[in-house]
Amino acid sequence: MTDQSAPAVSDAGGRGPAAPALLRAHSPAVSAARARRWGSFYYAEQVLRVMKGYGWTIVMYGVGQPVAYLFAMGVGLATLVDSQAAFGGVSYLAFIAPALLISAAVMTAANEFTFPVMDGFKWRRVYYGPHASPLTPEQIASGHIMAVTLRFLLQSAIYFVVVALFGASPSGWGWVSVLVATLAGLSFGLPLMAYAASIKEDKGQFAMVMRFIVTPLFLFSGTFFPLDSLPLAVQWIGWISPIWHGTELGRVFSYGYEEPPLLTIAHIVFLVGLAVAGWMLTKRQFVRRLGQ
Amino acid sequence: MWVPELVSNEELSSKPSRSKTQGDQMQYVITAKDLTKTYGDVTAVDGISFSVPAGEAFGLLGPNGAGKSTTMKMIGGVSQRTSGSLSIMGLDPESHGPEVRAHLGVVPQQDNLDEELKVRDNLLVYGRYFGLPMSYLRPKADELLEFAQLTDKAKSKVDALSGGMKRRLTIARSLINEPRILLLDEPTTGLDPQARHILWDRLFRLKEQGVTLILTTHYMDEAEQLCDRLIVVDKGRIMAEGSPASLIREYSTREVLELRFGSERNATIGAELEGIGERLETLPDRVLIYAHDGEAALEQVSARGLRPVTSLVRRSSLEDVFLRLTGRSLVD
Ligand SMILES: Nc1ncnc2c1ncn2[C@@H]1O[C@H](COP(=O)(O)OP(=O)(O)O)[C@@H](O)[C@H]1O
Ligand SMILES: [Mg+2]
Repeated sequence: MTDQSAPAVSDAGGRGPAAPALLRAHSPAVSAARARRWGSFYYAEQVLRVMKGYGWTIVMYGVGQPVAYLFAMGVGLATLVDSQAAFGGVSYLAFIAPALLISAAVMTAANEFTFPVMDGFKWRRVYYGPHASPLTPEQIASGHIMAVTLRFLLQSAIYFVVVALFGASPSGWGWVSVLVATLAGLSFGLPLMAYAASIKEDKGQFAMVMRFIVTPLFLFSGTFFPLDSLPLAVQWIGWISPIWHGTELGRVFSYGYEEPPLLTIAHIVFLVGLAVAGWMLTKRQFVRRLGQ
Repeated sequence: MWVPELVSNEELSSKPSRSKTQGDQMQYVITAKDLTKTYGDVTAVDGISFSVPAGEAFGLLGPNGAGKSTTMKMIGGVSQRTSGSLSIMGLDPESHGPEVRAHLGVVPQQDNLDEELKVRDNLLVYGRYFGLPMSYLRPKADELLEFAQLTDKAKSKVDALSGGMKRRLTIARSLINEPRILLLDEPTTGLDPQARHILWDRLFRLKEQGVTLILTTHYMDEAEQLCDRLIVVDKGRIMAEGSPASLIREYSTREVLELRFGSERNATIGAELEGIGERLETLPDRVLIYAHDGEAALEQVSARGLRPVTSLVRRSSLEDVFLRLTGRSLVD
């Protein structure tokens, strides 16, 4: 979808007679109609183009890191943690694999929905360019979200393949956890995006989010041990954590973890609800802030 | 490419409806009436009205904080007005934002190029926002790079460009959809004289092609050079309107005699200069005598036995118009 193949040199004045006929833009009415229909995709395309610039970081961060965890925890720690009974009758590796998948998506969300949003509104004001084009603030927000969603999917899919190669996803439904991870990323990321869009001055809020929200959620969401093995006093962290809801769902799909069906539905409702609420708030912030 | 390129018939037929008042309304590409914008307690734009016919180079001249950018943002369909009415190509930007913006090219006061992308990619990406296909955008991007004298920078990253180059790239970007209306908010502020002249030349060419230019500036020479007609704005209000020449004719004399007597004498000399020229303006560092014939006025000064440290006769400029209208200098 890029231009790399096209020659960048233009012959000043030496253009063939046929060329000017090609060089006509379609009418503003067509531009507007297309933008109204496809605007979100157009902006997503732009975000992906920028992401491509740091593609390797994405792969290393999104895949390399959880794989390292998987290896250290699942293979190393698992030799010490040998009581399969405590982990629903599966290997420790199979137990933590969905948790690491979900956590990786949430951590990616914590990056992609914070600094780039600040960049859009404040630092380099990248949202203001497209805002002057036929695109609407809602489309800029949703284009950004679509591109990050694609990153969630890609990163989770590669990760899932690695997990499957480790033999840590015994169920045939394991691939669904790729979608669950994407949902969990949005569920955590969209409310965060709304918050990021409301920040006028950078006072290190995002570092605080990482330290005081993401890290505790990562540790206390039934990631490395079942949530109910924690004292009740901290169990609530899991209940409000997209990582926990996502992880439990992921476990259901990747090794048939048994839980009441109502609870499974509750996980989905929680994740979808948070994502939708986050999306509405984000949209409102974008419209308000760009339309000033 | 995963975004469909073809335009359906439905798209083509869904042209937005024009406003009712056809007739004389349609000869104007932009009409603003009592346009007002407030930010909390601040009234940035305070009920301004103007109309711009197609092909005109129309300027907003005023000091910092006059409300120029705010007006441009409302015209550009990115900022909602508080009250008043606004019509661009017969469309209200509030209800037809995408349609209005599809007609425009916009050069904002602050460059917002994509610094992470290469120079040429900035043009391609921007064209995509208009749904323009790559088959059009590739040759068009090259043409615009040539126009902006940036062809040899096509593959550079944006942050490697100088201020003047970035400004030219922003202008090139604003032309990617071949707009017939171009909004330029302080296009040359912060550029060195040479870069300004290159830019002016490019804008002249666009004007020759019949593109309607709306530009703001606080440089009077820029306004005089580029604008067919302008409004002088201060504190969100229009102080005067007309062509540069007619404004000078109306609010100033043909020539100005500038005298410096040293900062102490400047303040008190006024009484002794009484009666020379048509009007006297005392500034902290100099005294301005407005007269049809500056040399003659200078002779009268000498005849009264007054010996200024320096004296200068020059033609009136928009600076003088502004001074007359507001009692303040345009550039501090
Ligand atoms: N987003 C904003 N929020 C609050 N006040 C603003 C905002 N934008 C502009 N203003 C105020 O509106 C007035 C006009 O600003 P502006 O249109 O930028 O003037 P100019 O472009 O002529 O320098 C100024 O007093 C400015 O402080
Ligand atoms: Mg301004």
